[in-house]
Amino acid sequence: MDINDLRGLSTAFLMFAFIGLCFWAYSKKRKKSFDDAANLPFADEELNQRTLQEEEKND
Amino acid sequence: MSELNTALEHPTYNYKVVRQFAVMTVVWGIVGMLVGVLIAAQLAWPALNFDLPWLHFGRLRPLHTNAVIFAFGGSALFATSYYIVQRTCQTRLLWDKLAAFTFWGWQLVIVSAAVTLPLGITTSKEYAELEWPIDILITVVWVAYAVVFFGTIMKRKTTHIYVANWFLGAYIIAVAVLHIINSMEIPVALTKSYSVYAGTVDAMVQWWYGHNAVGFFLTAGFLGMMYYFVPKQAERPVYSYRLSIVHFWALVAVYIWAGPHHLHYTALPNWAQSLGMVMSIILLAPSWGGMINGMMTLSGAWDKLRSDPILRFLVVSLSFYGMSTFEGPMMSIRTVNALSHYTDWTIGHVHSGALGWVAMISIGAIYHLIPILFAKPRMYSVGLINVHFWMATIGTVLYIVSMWVNGILQGLMWRAYNQDGTLTYSFVESVAASYPGYVVRFLGGAIFFSGMLVMAYNVYMTSRRDVESQAVPATAGAV
Repeated sequence: MDINDLRGLSTAFLMFAFIGLCFWAYSKKRKKSFDDAANLPFADEELNQRTLQEEEKND
Repeated sequence: MSELNTALEHPTYNYKVVRQFAVMTVVWGIVGMLVGVLIAAQLAWPALNFDLPWLHFGRLRPLHTNAVIFAFGGSALFATSYYIVQRTCQTRLLWDKLAAFTFWGWQLVIVSAAVTLPLGITTSKEYAELEWPIDILITVVWVAYAVVFFGTIMKRKTTHIYVANWFLGAYIIAVAVLHIINSMEIPVALTKSYSVYAGTVDAMVQWWYGHNAVGFFLTAGFLGMMYYFVPKQAERPVYSYRLSIVHFWALVAVYIWAGPHHLHYTALPNWAQSLGMVMSIILLAPSWGGMINGMMTLSGAWDKLRSDPILRFLVVSLSFYGMSTFEGPMMSIRTVNALSHYTDWTIGHVHSGALGWVAMISIGAIYHLIPILFAKPRMYSVGLINVHFWMATIGTVLYIVSMWVNGILQGLMWRAYNQDGTLTYSFVESVAASYPGYVVRFLGGAIFFSGMLVMAYNVYMTSRRDVESQAVPATAGAV
């Protein structure tokens, strides 16, 4: 075993990590939770409105 | 006590610090770009340094880069990250006072830079010119920033951490690591220090820092902005959330290796140069993955581009991002670099990223934010946003095209040999030949800068309580 084995193994490790990541991200099981996450920018209008009303009051 | 209970039961957001950073984004944008226009004019008309050391190109150039990257871009990142993290975690910033400290601390950093750089106080490390006392202040402010940002994520009311926060979090961590490692220096006086690194190692650390300042400050941070404001302005969720996850991990894993492409044909070992080149080429994939994800968010809503100049800013910024992230990998190929390096092509490439991507997405985000932060239905004048859009686009195109022409011209002149092996052109001949390009670049920069003045007027009018936003004409923006 020398340093070049380590280099080869690290390349293989990164490749499998990347492939694993793709499978993880694209698995059917997670579709619903990712769809929910994607809608987070549209889920807090109430808090935004309350903030603006409070600011109005405090001025 | 009852007030406290109300605050706990009905939390609100901290918009004050967002508003402060958003307004300073416009102010520092104007200052930084004005210095840029001045030094662009000096390259065409050198007499404009007025023989004053404080106005010398060598001192004002780092002032320009620091002002546009860290003052303008930095303020935009602070404003949008504080806004996005609150709204997507549905909770108030962790600690209002610490957030206020980051605002005033960051302004102090900027003012210190504006004083020391024209005085010639510099470490001479590109994009890290500020001397050690300011470096320490940056570190303190940045750690406070990280505490506020990650503390807010930790007390989030949502189960998921929205993808924009991943990019913003990576930018905050990476910039802390880069700044601390690259700024390791031994102070010898209040205004003078020496780097702990020497020779080739110093060069490699410097460009590991320099390229990742591009990768994490100017890319990951602004991608975080993109993942919130493009869906929000288009009123539809991001095209593919799954792609955004792959995009994130691929981008942060690869960017960190690309630095050596700044040191082709130097004393840096050949294998390191090759590594930097290969990693830079691979980087095209995650970059374009992100660009496509942003662009495709508009699929089915392309008509909005006709009526919404803010969305136009955001989408055109993505086009420039795609263009410069194709150009970058190409220029990192050693044989292409042999032609392009040390020429104006590099400056053109930087500005297609800086003006086209970073500035335009920030401007779009600020136009989105300002009416919300000042409780107005929209910006004072939508027509003026459209005027600004065209000034920014035309200015950027003039800038980068003139620098492409100059860069290739210089590269070809410098490598031209006579039959007996002597150089065909002296260096100064290539300078003289660059003059028309310098004039066009100055014009492009001046147009882009003037657009920022239009923005400042529009922002000021929107901020005034006694002024109503103008009605949107039916044809608004349909130019």
